[in-house]
Amino acid sequence: MDKKLLMRGSQVIGEAAIRAGCRFYAGYHITPQNELPEFMSGAMANLKDGTFIQAESELAAINMVLGASMAGARAMTSSSSPGISLKQEGISFLAASELPAVIVNTMRGGPGLGNIAPSQGDYFQATRGGGHGDYRTIVLAPAYGQELADLTRKAFEYADRYRTPVMILADGMMGQMMEPVIFPDPVNLSELPSKLWILNGAKERPSRIIKSLILSPVAMEEHNWKLARKYEAISGEIACAETYMTEDARLVIVAYGTAARIAKGAIKRAREMGLKVGLLRPVTLWPFPGRAIREMSRLIKDFLVFEMNTGQMVEDVRLSLEGRSNTHFYGRPGGVVSTPDEIGRVISSLYYRRRLEED
Amino acid sequence: MKKAVFAGFGGQGVLMMGYVFAVAAMRDGKEVTYLPAYGAEMRGGTANCTVVVSDEEIFSPVASSPDFAVIMNKPSLLKYEGVMREGGAILLNSNHVDRELTRDDLTAIRIPAVDIAKKLGSERVVNMIMLGAFVAHTKITSLDSIMNGLSEIVKGGKAGIMKLNRKGLDEGAEYILKGDSR
Repeated sequence: MDKKLLMRGSQVIGEAAIRAGCRFYAGYHITPQNELPEFMSGAMANLKDGTFIQAESELAAINMVLGASMAGARAMTSSSSPGISLKQEGISFLAASELPAVIVNTMRGGPGLGNIAPSQGDYFQATRGGGHGDYRTIVLAPAYGQELADLTRKAFEYADRYRTPVMILADGMMGQMMEPVIFPDPVNLSELPSKLWILNGAKERPSRIIKSLILSPVAMEEHNWKLARKYEAISGEIACAETYMTEDARLVIVAYGTAARIAKGAIKRAREMGLKVGLLRPVTLWPFPGRAIREMSRLIKDFLVFEMNTGQMVEDVRLSLEGRSNTHFYGRPGGVVSTPDEIGRVISSLYYRRRLEED
Repeated sequence: MKKAVFAGFGGQGVLMMGYVFAVAAMRDGKEVTYLPAYGAEMRGGTANCTVVVSDEEIFSPVASSPDFAVIMNKPSLLKYEGVMREGGAILLNSNHVDRELTRDDLTAIRIPAVDIAKKLGSERVVNMIMLGAFVAHTKITSLDSIMNGLSEIVKGGKAGIMKLNRKGLDEGAEYILKGDSR
């Protein structure tokens, strides 16, 4: 039998995390991602060095992750939209203390308690920090089962490399859907670069301090600039996007995650009708792949942003284009999942309204 | 690309039908997605899942206009008849669904799965009988692939139960092949 497995998205993240060397998970249950903590409880129990904690609250869980990260573990927590809001204080503290951690947000309809259907309403929260203070969070947006596995591995790598929290931004559909996936081999924890900053007992070395309280404004400013330089480096190094049928396109759809898959289906139909339409799918939401969009604007004068919200990423597309091309928007908030037929109609109506069929 | 919906009451094994079918198609070398309905579900409520099978990359996993539906109860027929692709086929568990279709472009295939299951001695194989009929009608995968998929999923399944499942699959397929269902 080949190595391909048919697995539910939430469990794919779990298995990929274990293989990436995650040895600490703390979480508090919320639909539609309960299969992830369920998976982690079993997987951690099967490891001799694994820890699973069903915490008493989201706040407790993120702070347990902070503690585990301080002690050197690859640590993860997960939740869905309202629960992620509760974790924001801890994420700010992780960023300030330069601690690696992976946070999974399986987005649901909101605001408030909302519903448990797939949505992309948390884009602003994820990419603009979410918590208080001048920091950024790396945000990865998988769209396929295989990518859930690949980006989970990357999330742990980025978190350690840059000593910063990394968020995996999925949605209810991705969490529940089963797709074939092939997992990478497990990392050998002893081969990972040693962390020379962790708090593991100062017996034969000077003591170390990890904190986010810096009372001197001058010292806090210096720390802010240090973080800013790091974020600038990250922006230059890991921004990533997938393109699909953009070579001869006159209209490019910008969409991520589940919305990008629906858009792909719509583009295939539009192509059958002779419309020259392509897709740009941001894989990293922060850093945003603005350069890829900017470069495209030399040839493409119309971009259609499709999101499962009322218009959030569209602001980043506009910022990237700086007025070079027209930005259009179509959104379905609240947990409604569009069909490719629906997006196909939006595409063709825009295409003819903009007279893109003319030479 | 073929989209199939499996729908019925919770407990009728509709999610299992879709799951086994998806694993079988994946081992056949196809691209597959399996999307269960999830929500504030309750015991006795409706359950359904959508399986897409394709030779190419699958974009949208949502059940917009399915080609096939396996319908185990009346509420599911009401839910899916309207959204079926033109010319699609609905396989009905006729012991639980006695309603006529209202659309004339769809093919209705009626399988008295509960009666057949009783003859086999266990009503627990109703879903396997429907799945056997589904495979015989659609030919998207084979009964052997389904059986392999089932063994993969229920690792360590008792030989007696597996034999019963196989019987169910065969009986369902046989019912279609004999042409009793039209």
